[in-house]
Formats: sequence, structure tokens, C-alpha cells
Amino acid sequence: MKQKDVKVAILRIEGTNCEQESYDAFKRLGASPEFVHLKQLLHIDCNIDEKRDVFDFHCLMIPGGFSAGDYIRGGAIFAARMKSKLGKDLEKYVRQEYPILGVCNGFQVLTELGLLPGIDRIMTKVPDAVLNINDSDRFECRPTILKHENNGKCVFTNKIPKNDIRLIPSAHAEGKLLFPLDKQKEYLEKLENNDQVVFRYVDTDGNYAGYPWNPNGSFSNIAGICNYIGNVFGMMPHPERTFYHFQHPDWTQTKLSDVGNGRAIFESVLDYICKRF
Amino acid sequence: MSYFRLRFIMYKAKVTIGLKKGVSDPEGANTLKALKLLGFDNVQEAKTIRTVDLLINGKSKDDVKKSVERMCQRLLINPVIHNYKIEIKEK
Repeated sequence: MKQKDVKVAILRIEGTNCEQESYDAFKRLGASPEFVHLKQLLHIDCNIDEKRDVFDFHCLMIPGGFSAGDYIRGGAIFAARMKSKLGKDLEKYVRQEYPILGVCNGFQVLTELGLLPGIDRIMTKVPDAVLNINDSDRFECRPTILKHENNGKCVFTNKIPKNDIRLIPSAHAEGKLLFPLDKQKEYLEKLENNDQVVFRYVDTDGNYAGYPWNPNGSFSNIAGICNYIGNVFGMMPHPERTFYHFQHPDWTQTKLSDVGNGRAIFESVLDYICKRF
Repeated sequence: MSYFRLRFIMYKAKVTIGLKKGVSDPEGANTLKALKLLGFDNVQEAKTIRTVDLLINGKSKDDVKKSVERMCQRLLINPVIHNYKIEIKEK
């Protein structure tokens, strides 16, 4: 498949943000993104020509934001609306190895859906993880440094070398990844054995250093994970906000380049889709 | 309408959602800190709890409780961090 034929749905409901940057990231790489309101997939309140199906797209992306006002929990209402009609379709979509990306609020939606962590099954009925309130009880909005720790399973980072350190900004109040407290170590072991840990927060030297380098107190400094297949990926920082090098806060002091640290995530998934489908 | 009234009773369900033991509660900790700054030195602990009140039709109290349990599992709580209590009264 050619890159221009890759159709990507940028999903949104009320309160979604960064959908324009996400759309632009795919568009600038030559793919064919489309803004899709969830109602278009649920076939509610839309015209016949606006109706869409998840299988019309080669990739789904759930961008950041405060969907449905973050009521109940971040991403819970978005996930409940999706599950109400699309649960089986989503399961089938993932089984057929189509990729799904969730950034920030999108990551929260994927955990609430039960698609992540996805350790031994595609989707769980009740969530197996949560993105809880930051330890600081603040909205943490600043550049964060991530270490890529995946060995090649995640289809969204296959163009990023292992142990590569990247600057990608975070902006969230609920980003503390937790698993059931009595099974945290067991979950971590499984995630590491399955090669599901994708990014961890580190300091400038690449060390795990806790707050403020880890902005939320996330378990084991985890910033992003994928499912056991590698095609569902969620991360709290925003790669679409560092598509170009000049979007980096230190861009005037560093080497002149056009490529931002977040671009490789979009390039990787497009490369995967072109080869796989 | 009378048939409906015969079969269903209106109940008031109160769902109290709290954090499981061991889960950090930054909102509660911040509240405690602010209360102490205001001079309430006698406060020892502040916990945040969410309450959801529902008006709900059902055949019996048990029937309504089962229904509210399902609501908790499907939306109102995340079992990783929350525990909850359901109280049901006839309205």
C-alpha cells in the first residue's frame, strides 16, 4: 500500500484537543487523515454520507484533551460511548492487527476501554489499569524526556532505536499509570517479558529520576505502553507537538534540523501499515 | 400507566466511591494541607469521596442493586483504584 492511500481516523468528541496537530502530522507525511466524530462511527445524529465504519480506516487515533469534561474519570465517558456499540468491532479491528494510537486523554480512553495494557487478551471487560491523578495534584505541562525501551514489538516506534532519548512534551493532570496495587510487580514483569513497555520518563542523562522528570508519579516511570500484539499504543506525552524541530524549546541552541522528536511515531506506524496491508 | 406502577417501584440509590487502601489521594492531601494552613490543626486526615445519587425504577431492591452494581463495573468506578458502597432506599 502507498502512504497516500493510508486512511487514518482522528477521533473526536466534545473536549478533544490536539486533533489538528495529529491530523497535520499524518497529512504532512503524505497519508490521508480524516476528522471523525464518534457519532459518525456510532451512526447517531449524522447524515448518511457522514456515516463511517472503523474498518473504513487503516489506523485510529484518539488525541488528547478533556473528553466529556473528564467527568467520572479521564477518558471514561469517551470509552463508555465507544464500548456501547463498537466493542466487538474494536476487538476485531485489533485482532486484524490494525493500529490504534492514544495520546494523553487517548491513552486514558484506551485503558478505560480495556484495550491497554492488553497483557494476555485483546480487550478486558473492566479496566486492568488506570491513569490516576498526578502525585503533585497539579496539571503538569512542560517538556518531558523519554527513553525508548521497546525491543521492536510496538509498531508505533519501530523507527526509533532502543535506548534513544527523546524530548516530547507532557500536559496532563491524570497521568499516573497504576495497575492493581497487589499485583503491580506481576504486571510489570509480564509487560517487560512481553516487550510492552515502550517509553519511560528519564532525566537528561537517561536515568530514572522520579519527580519532576517523571511528572505524574507513574509506576516504574512508565510513559507509554503497547498491547501484547504491539498494535495498540498509548502514551501520555504528546508526539504531535514536536513534529518539527523548531517546536522544541531549545531549538535555537541545538543543531539545525527539520525533524522533531515526535515525528518518528507517525512515520513508524505509516511504514507498518504500508508494509502490512 | 397503572400496570407500570404495579410492576415497578422508584428507588433512590446512593453510590459512594472511595479510593482503595494504598492508593495515593493527592486531592485529600492537598485539602488537609490547606486546612492546616487555615489553622485547623486538629484535622488528622482528609479523604476525597465521590457520591452519585440515582433515581431508578426496579422490581425489587435486589433487582435495583444488581443493576447499580453493573453500572459501577461498566462506568462509575475503576476497580484498579476504587472501592464502592451502594445504599438503596424506596423513594
